[in-house]
Amino acid sequence: MTGILVLEQSLNGLQFGLMLFLLAAGLTLVFGIMDMINLAHGSIYMIGAYLIASIALASGSFWTGLALGMVATALIGALLELTVLRRLYQRDHLSQVLGTFAILLMSNEAVRWIWGSQPIELNPPAALAGPVELLPGFSYPAYRLFIIAVGLAAAGLLYLLVTRTRLGMQVRAGASNREMALAMGVDVRRLFTLVFAIGAGLCALAGGMLGPLLAVQVGMGERILILAFVVIVIGGIGSIRGALLGALLVGVVDTAGRTLIPYVFERLLGPDLAASAGPAVAAILIYVLMAAVLFFKPQGLFPAHG
Amino acid sequence: MAEFNSKPGLLDHPLHWRTSLVLLIALVLLPLLAQAWGQDFYVGVASRMLIFALAATSLNLILGFGGMVSFGHAAFVGVGAYTAGILMQHGLPSAWLALALAGVAAGAFALLIGAISLRTRGVYFIMITLAFAQMLYYLMVSLKTYGGDDGLSLNGRFKLGFGLDLSQDATFYYLVLALAVGVFLAVQRLLNSRFGHALQAIRDNETRMAAIGFPVYRLKLIAFVLAGAFAGLAGALLAHQGGFVSPSMMQWSESGMLMVMVILGGVGHLYGGLVGAVVFLALEELLSSFTIHWQFGLGAVLLAVVLLAPNGLLSLRLKRKTP
Repeated sequence: MTGILVLEQSLNGLQFGLMLFLLAAGLTLVFGIMDMINLAHGSIYMIGAYLIASIALASGSFWTGLALGMVATALIGALLELTVLRRLYQRDHLSQVLGTFAILLMSNEAVRWIWGSQPIELNPPAALAGPVELLPGFSYPAYRLFIIAVGLAAAGLLYLLVTRTRLGMQVRAGASNREMALAMGVDVRRLFTLVFAIGAGLCALAGGMLGPLLAVQVGMGERILILAFVVIVIGGIGSIRGALLGALLVGVVDTAGRTLIPYVFERLLGPDLAASAGPAVAAILIYVLMAAVLFFKPQGLFPAHG
Repeated sequence: MAEFNSKPGLLDHPLHWRTSLVLLIALVLLPLLAQAWGQDFYVGVASRMLIFALAATSLNLILGFGGMVSFGHAAFVGVGAYTAGILMQHGLPSAWLALALAGVAAGAFALLIGAISLRTRGVYFIMITLAFAQMLYYLMVSLKTYGGDDGLSLNGRFKLGFGLDLSQDATFYYLVLALAVGVFLAVQRLLNSRFGHALQAIRDNETRMAAIGFPVYRLKLIAFVLAGAFAGLAGALLAHQGGFVSPSMMQWSESGMLMVMVILGGVGHLYGGLVGAVVFLALEELLSSFTIHWQFGLGAVLLAVVLLAPNGLLSLRLKRKTP
């Protein structure tokens, strides 16, 4: 019984961690290369989820929605970068916080304007609706397995893109020393727009994948944005590898904490105290983790610079 | 030497007492004017503005003058609010006790959080203060004894004694005004003292101040604790103004809003927190009377401020003065 519980929770943690990685990858590149705090990253995730849900509803196909929604979100991301965010790179972090907070407010309201404040539904494709029996007596939802597969594939592709292509080389050069990359003839402006568009596309992918599990609603971006920030700070700002490992760490610790801590507390402290203390400790676990990492290794676990 | 001191330097922040006296008189007369025009509603709005001005001024003390970009200031407001709420739940309605304890509790949390966070700097300081604020947020969400996620309703406002009835909005407004003015003057005195000058010099060049022999870490921590305690006062007032406390007061978006108020008004301007809070809430009030989609307009205004007035609204005035 407990073996199956642990297996199920590890899969849940892996799935959540991989989706966090999709968000954190874009965020860490923007943060690392452009030294830009982007609070609007969660809004792009929300816009992506809404676009995918409504295109899927209109076309009747989840796959069409996913593909078109990702492309549309990437275009919106590029447009946002070209019109507003580009002006904020040279400014201090405070101006960036104010500017992207403004964009966050505007996109929340624009979404409420267009789609209304009720959550909208995004159904998983029919082929993946049922459970799959992984072990005798242990079945797991097929859609969640699919999310894990997509997450792993996206992480692999991103890894190849960053380590094996010319674009990736420029991205890495930009993350470790921006001025030097510029001096060596990298077209940084074009690179930034491209990185931003890719990050926005990944956000939309995460939004589309998580849409059927969590509600597609206004404010969905804010909750996950902070988790993505925790991930990149733990992993080391600007490092894709750090984002992946940080995301998996946060995903597993968060998921495991929510199931294991109440269980352990009940054994140790008795049911009364466990019922009130368990959830509290579980909820703050990843923030304790982040504070500890910052305290002992301020550059994160896998820093990009040297 | 006396003559040297009488001239305000770069680190001094004069009160501009002619302007501030006019402002103070207007604020004192406000409830009377509102009653005369039959617009009592605005007394509540003005109280809210002053409470946020208090909170934003406390944030400006560390953000603008200490150079510490804290992304978790709403946590201290929340600690103050919960202190007030919890006292009410246990049948202790004294305002004196609530305000004192709110300040002490928020200051104690600030001491704890600051002592750890101030060992990091830059972006990492922003993130670690955020992490601590989120911890407090989730702690209150899961504390079912005090309402948990649903929050805590206060049965009535606290009591000041002296036959003053704080359930009257105008009386409550005067309490808020007195506290806001008190804190504002305290911050002003602080900034013009030796401590304030050292704090601002640390913001400008921390390494040099450490080399000269100033206890940099301790000075920053003192400022952080003071700002936390002032924010706690604002929290207690906010709790009793709305009659309700909930974890959402401590959420990161609330910290972001306080920061936006300070940046809007002017980081490192004495009046920055006041102007920012009043303009922000006035915009909210104004835009929401036109459309339910007022947040869009608010976002657009904030974006315009970032792009057109990089150092806050008060910098526009200063720019005109020095052509």
